[in-house]
Amino acid sequence: MKTHFTVVLLLFVLLFSGACGDSRMHSHGVYMLVDTSGTYAQEANKASKIINYLLATLNPGDSLAVAKVESRSFTEKDIVAKVTFDKRPSQATSQKRAFKEKIQTFTQAVKPSAYTDITGALIQGAEYLNETNSGIKTIVIFSDMQEELGKGTVRDFPIDLDGFRIVALNVSKLRTDNADPRLYLNRLARWEARVRKAGATEWVVVNDLENNLESILVTRGTNG
Amino acid sequence: MTNWSAWLFWPDNVALSVFALGLLAMVFLYAARKPMHGIIHSSCTLASHGTRFVSRWLLQVSEGMRLRNQAVLLAHGQESEAVLIDREFERVGNLIRKDLQEFPALQRKMLEEATRIEDDYRKCGTVPPPSPEWVTALESIAQIKSGGDIPRTLLEDINKSIQKIHDKTIAEFRRSYEERHKILNAMQPSWRTVEKLIGEMDKKMVTLQTNAKQIDNHMQTFEAIRAKDSKAEHALTVSSFVQLAISALVMVIAAGGTFINYKLIALPMSEMVGASDYLTNSLKTSDVAALVIILMEASMGLFLLESLRITQLFPRIASMDDRMRRRLMIASLVFLTILAGIESSLALMRDMLIADKTALMRDLASVAPASSDGVLTSIPMVGQMVMGFVLPFALAFVAIPFESLVHSLRTVIGVALTQGMRGLGVLLRFVGLFFKRSAKVLELAYDITIVVPLMLERWAIAWRSGASVETEAVTLSKSRRAA
Repeated sequence: MKTHFTVVLLLFVLLFSGACGDSRMHSHGVYMLVDTSGTYAQEANKASKIINYLLATLNPGDSLAVAKVESRSFTEKDIVAKVTFDKRPSQATSQKRAFKEKIQTFTQAVKPSAYTDITGALIQGAEYLNETNSGIKTIVIFSDMQEELGKGTVRDFPIDLDGFRIVALNVSKLRTDNADPRLYLNRLARWEARVRKAGATEWVVVNDLENNLESILVTRGTNG
Repeated sequence: MTNWSAWLFWPDNVALSVFALGLLAMVFLYAARKPMHGIIHSSCTLASHGTRFVSRWLLQVSEGMRLRNQAVLLAHGQESEAVLIDREFERVGNLIRKDLQEFPALQRKMLEEATRIEDDYRKCGTVPPPSPEWVTALESIAQIKSGGDIPRTLLEDINKSIQKIHDKTIAEFRRSYEERHKILNAMQPSWRTVEKLIGEMDKKMVTLQTNAKQIDNHMQTFEAIRAKDSKAEHALTVSSFVQLAISALVMVIAAGGTFINYKLIALPMSEMVGASDYLTNSLKTSDVAALVIILMEASMGLFLLESLRITQLFPRIASMDDRMRRRLMIASLVFLTILAGIESSLALMRDMLIADKTALMRDLASVAPASSDGVLTSIPMVGQMVMGFVLPFALAFVAIPFESLVHSLRTVIGVALTQGMRGLGVLLRFVGLFFKRSAKVLELAYDITIVVPLMLERWAIAWRSGASVETEAVTLSKSRRAA
């Protein structure tokens, strides 16, 4: 009898030896930054579609937050909506509906900001995602990636984005970029260098919003 | 890269250096000939003995395994045959109890019918018409010569009377025949009844005879198994292979059913245990929970069939007293029904979750909801619920092929192991023989490398033996001459 018990215990240990124990380690955490500065505020409808795609793709247990990028964005006040979906699919569906309502309200009343504090928003996003303890952390930046800081806003210090995926969406070309494309390319290269230096595992630029939305999220198992 | 020139005595003269090296090597190999032969011989003998030892051990083990397999196979076959014979006797018993217990009543009925037929037959006996006694009187009257018209008148009167009596007699005779015909007609149902009864009896006797023949066949097989007949053993082994193939096929079909069942409840289980919990990197808790439910259903089905004595995987259940067994049967059935009910509910929940998710997707994509026909859209939902309720009961019957699989797999694995070990034993025996023979071959091959010193050795021996013979001959001739 004792031998049988030992064998059963051993089998149990073998079966579950690879278990993580923490379900959060398998969840996705997505923090989406929506640039509302200047003319980019008009792109809010596109951002709404991206958010709908994220809502349709994320699973129960995942986290999603949408924040606007303003003159100074290192603040919780800029978070438009945030949710960690319930483990039960039915509850998660209800939460997704409520989230969509909030986003609709937000997109209908977007006010353009004077400056664009992407760095501050990134730090805020990293803080939020670290709190959620998500296994895969992705910060989606819906912006032209042109940072403009107001007077007194200090952002020229190293930031920590260790283990994060950074996805730049709809990086539109500015009028000056059209005149000299090197400005656009340099801007992207600079951001990539900066986030990689901060410890980001991946840097993805998605401009084809019709066909390449799958690149925003990685499937479980492909991320290390 | 090796610098071969370092080995050359005279790097400028390679041929001479190689020759010198060869000569040296030959001398060394000649000097080491005896110990080298010893090493070759010892190594080959060691390898040969080792492989032969292992081969012998394998053959002995395989023989032991064969005997054990034979004992298990025959015991299992004997048990199966005993069950079959028992069942046949039960059938015969039922037949006798059910049909032949009516035999006395049937016999009495047949006797009654026979008596009735006999009585009727007797009644049918032909009644001959009365003999004409008045013929003599008529002859006397006819011989009267005188009397005028008196005899004629008398005769005419008699004729009239006779005609009257004749008519009456004929009528009586016909009526009598009519009555007999009626009796014979009435006998017909009795004959039919008797014929029917005999037919039924015949059928029952034929069934009994068939059962008796089957019992005879089973008894022959049983006796052959008891006598450890090789044909019976072979038949049982082949039967095991066939059983394995059939039960494996049924198990594959059951696995398909299990997969469908799993698909049906995996999604709604996430509603109960959470969709984001993982046991391993890729194993969801909800998937495992769904699998556990299915395995519990299979277990309950197994216990149900065990308690019904359809399968006999657990001797403890088979040896339970009837009351306990019935309780276990009821408990298993109740649990199975509850689990089937749960599964049916989960199937309903699955449909609801999918519908909810589809609605959300439409909402997110800003697509108008599709118009739905209430009856048509509810068909898949009802189908899923019915399937969720029925599948657990269907899966319960997996216990039968599973038992067959377990029994036949033991025999098949035993046979495969025995044959494998025997084959390996023979192979090792051959390897041992090869090592044994290769010792001589290697020794000869070694000698080829030192063939020149060996030839010199042979010449020296021959020369020395020739010189000694000559010396001996000279000594002998001198001694002879002296003598």
